[in-house]
Amino acid sequence: MSATVNRVGLPRDAYKGAATTLCAGCGHNSITNHMIKALYELGVEPHRLAKMSGIGCSSKTPAYFVETAHGFNGVHGRMPALTTGAQLANRQLIMMGVSGDGDTASIGLGQFMHMIRRNIDCTYIIEDNGTYGLTKGQFSATADIGSVQKKGAVNTFQPIDPCAVALTLGCSFVARSFSGDGKQVVPLIKAAIAHRGTAILDIVSPCVTFNDHDGSTKSYSWVKDHEESIADVSFVPFFEEVHVDYEPGTVRDVELHDGSHIFLKKLGEDHDPSDRRAAMRVIEEGRAAGHLVTGLLYLDTTMEDFATTERIPERPLKDLGEDELRLSREDFDLFISEFA
Amino acid sequence: MTEQIINDLTIQAATVNGSGSQTANLVLTRAIFKMGIPVAPKNVFPSNIEGLPTWYQLRITPDGHMARTDQVDVLIAFNPATWRDDLKSVRPGGAVIHEEAFSNADARPDVTFYPVPFSKLAKSKIQSDTLRKQLANMIYVGVVAGLLGIPWEALEHGVRRQFLSKPKAVQVNLDAIKVGLDYWQDNHSKTDPYHLEPRTGLVEGKVLVEGNQAAALGALMGGVTVAAWYPITPSSSLCEYLIAYTDRFRTDPATGEKRVAIVQAEDELAAVGMALGAGWAGARSMTSTSGPGISLMAEFAGLGYYAEVPVVIFDIQRIGPSTGLPTRTSQGDVGFAYTLSHGDTKHLVLLPGTVEECYEFARDAFDYADRFQTPVFVLSDLDLGMNLWMTPSFKYPDKPFDRGKVLSKEDLERLAGEWGRYRDVDGDAVTYRTLPGTDHPAAGFFTRGSGHDEFARYTENADAYARNMDRLVRKLETARAALPVPVVDESSGSPIGLIAFGSTHAAVLEARQTLAAAGRPVDYLRVRALPLSSEVGAFVARHERVYVVEQNRDGQVFDLIRLDLPAELVDRVRSIRHYNGQPIPAVAITEPLLESEAVPA
Repeated sequence: MSATVNRVGLPRDAYKGAATTLCAGCGHNSITNHMIKALYELGVEPHRLAKMSGIGCSSKTPAYFVETAHGFNGVHGRMPALTTGAQLANRQLIMMGVSGDGDTASIGLGQFMHMIRRNIDCTYIIEDNGTYGLTKGQFSATADIGSVQKKGAVNTFQPIDPCAVALTLGCSFVARSFSGDGKQVVPLIKAAIAHRGTAILDIVSPCVTFNDHDGSTKSYSWVKDHEESIADVSFVPFFEEVHVDYEPGTVRDVELHDGSHIFLKKLGEDHDPSDRRAAMRVIEEGRAAGHLVTGLLYLDTTMEDFATTERIPERPLKDLGEDELRLSREDFDLFISEFA
Repeated sequence: MTEQIINDLTIQAATVNGSGSQTANLVLTRAIFKMGIPVAPKNVFPSNIEGLPTWYQLRITPDGHMARTDQVDVLIAFNPATWRDDLKSVRPGGAVIHEEAFSNADARPDVTFYPVPFSKLAKSKIQSDTLRKQLANMIYVGVVAGLLGIPWEALEHGVRRQFLSKPKAVQVNLDAIKVGLDYWQDNHSKTDPYHLEPRTGLVEGKVLVEGNQAAALGALMGGVTVAAWYPITPSSSLCEYLIAYTDRFRTDPATGEKRVAIVQAEDELAAVGMALGAGWAGARSMTSTSGPGISLMAEFAGLGYYAEVPVVIFDIQRIGPSTGLPTRTSQGDVGFAYTLSHGDTKHLVLLPGTVEECYEFARDAFDYADRFQTPVFVLSDLDLGMNLWMTPSFKYPDKPFDRGKVLSKEDLERLAGEWGRYRDVDGDAVTYRTLPGTDHPAAGFFTRGSGHDEFARYTENADAYARNMDRLVRKLETARAALPVPVVDESSGSPIGLIAFGSTHAAVLEARQTLAAAGRPVDYLRVRALPLSSEVGAFVARHERVYVVEQNRDGQVFDLIRLDLPAELVDRVRSIRHYNGQPIPAVAITEPLLESEAVPA
């Protein structure tokens, strides 16, 4: 047998993209690698993948994975609108949105919120480093109050927590992770893809150039010291058999839309991911204790996604022809006669 | 008594917004149209839900003029707040139907008054407490019918047509009309000269349609599958009609599945973004808005232009700047829409001048967008979009969709995967694209609003940037020759020409007739698209003086025409502008033109 291939017959290299142009050590590059691993292991067909992004360092990353897939690097903060339109045009596409904290929590906060409100079927990854990298180190809206800029300025504003906002809006999938925690990020990405609806994945991803110093709460060392995972996450795709070798009562098993399973192994206090208020409490208590709570915070597999609610066919709208879209000559004449 | 004036009068109803008067006005309109008489209705309404004054002008001319006029022959005065001013608008010899309670003691001696106790009649004759306010308006329909001689059958038709979806309402409305008609017959005798008489041969085969209805039908027939919009006057009704039409014609009765996705977005940025995303993914997509929305769409418009993504953007213009007068008309967005977005950006703009063209251009805009892989703007306006227009029936499309240059899986196999998204292989500057979902390893490419080369790769290379921008200019040239050509009428043989576009057309037709009758015939070119056709320059070259008529303050198309002209022709072009928010009347063309022509050149 030649190189190892996945279930669609592709080697891992088929999921790579162009060489990164981000800084060496950038958390985003790790996320790119996690993405490649997740997509390869899931056996996502590249032609079904649509990589969507806005503007910023994070938004460049879709160029760095699955080079043969279509990608759309749009305008700042507007990835959700482009993603919504593309998803409606073709429900067969697997929408993978990559955004940053500026793109999501500042200029694009409105679109972020409204996408969640509609529950558009997509994965929405926030590569969250608390700073504007491309414009050289201004605070972003996710920067914690009191955190210190590289040149010493102190942030005096309350942070916007994308996960808390998403929960408030009734988002059907809310998770947080850390770019350095591949063990957690990879299964979460897989689960987000398997989930039918808007899956928000806020991944703290340190900026080595502008926000990796003492006094920052988005640095590698701070996150390593303060990350508190609520549960060990593992993912079993629909095409694999489920082997459960956990002790009874220690693991939660959630089945996703496509028949995949996500297993959550209790670490400390048992968190029920179907309990939205509990998810809010976990975030708040973590914040109060000075921790970064990571893991699958909330999941609702019963909520319909937008295209389903709107009764849009599974067959792509883009493929419909004149015979299905135009009125017949008879209907047309009848319709016009009603104007008389 | 003076000589009779038959089928040549303008009725103006002055009422209170939100009182149900629009229904009465439409019944009146449809009844008169049913008599075979051409009608031209203009609704002048406030930005308000209830309480502010509103006017409805119904112009009736033997020639079927569709433009507004400032001359009122028959006033229906129903609004105490505007009564004094409304009275001033009536021409000498005119007739005034008014609420009896309004005092006309010190009023004009040169008009005929027909007082009617509308409030008392409504109280005593209309039984339903809940409907009394609305039905009171129907009483004036009856009075007007008595005054002008509208037959009962025509009134019945008007009511039935207006309440197509509510047949139960027909009888109560007819009863209310009868109250007015009876009052007229019992209490008044006619002393004014205005009469309506049935005609044949003038309106047969014609229908009454709003431009936004026509555009929604055009979009439906053009194959739109994704529409995203944000409510704004005067464009909202376009997408609302589209929703109604797709509910009826694009919904599978068995499964409830819809062959369309229509999203009410959170704002216009999202609306155009969704439409662009859908266009990128291969759907025929659109958004519809008005001035403030167009301003918000600027950034995405540039992305669509530069990344070459098809999308159709309707702008039903209202008058600005800023919020402006939200319920008043204008052609003030044309210059802005043409170059919408920063940098060197230029768009294809269609300028429908009739409701028939609202239908046709809306339909064909999707072909242009796909063919040239770029945003296509369809610029209508409040007058065209929201008023009813008499029009010949629409034609069924005679050609299939033009989906443009899209490479399929089989195409890519044939090309052995050798292709470049922005490579001009046909010499027309229009390149090939693939759609997401195409099952071929060479299909994928990265769409971006940042600098890119022929293979859609990111580049900051100076030559590659300039090459791409030059190709985009050439693409616009390809499109220039393919867009709807101007409609030219040089039958007058005059050295003077008029150029106009959009809803100004109606006033131009009437102005030309007036000018010809005054011994000043003029030729006419109607622009139907931007970039301007080469026909425009040729028309100017064939005339000594050319007046560009438009409904904006700055002469936006006048400027565009001059920019395209060779230097020696620039001075031949003059500008006539109308910009008070009311649809342009013919007199706003004839007066400045005659004045200008009277001065030795």
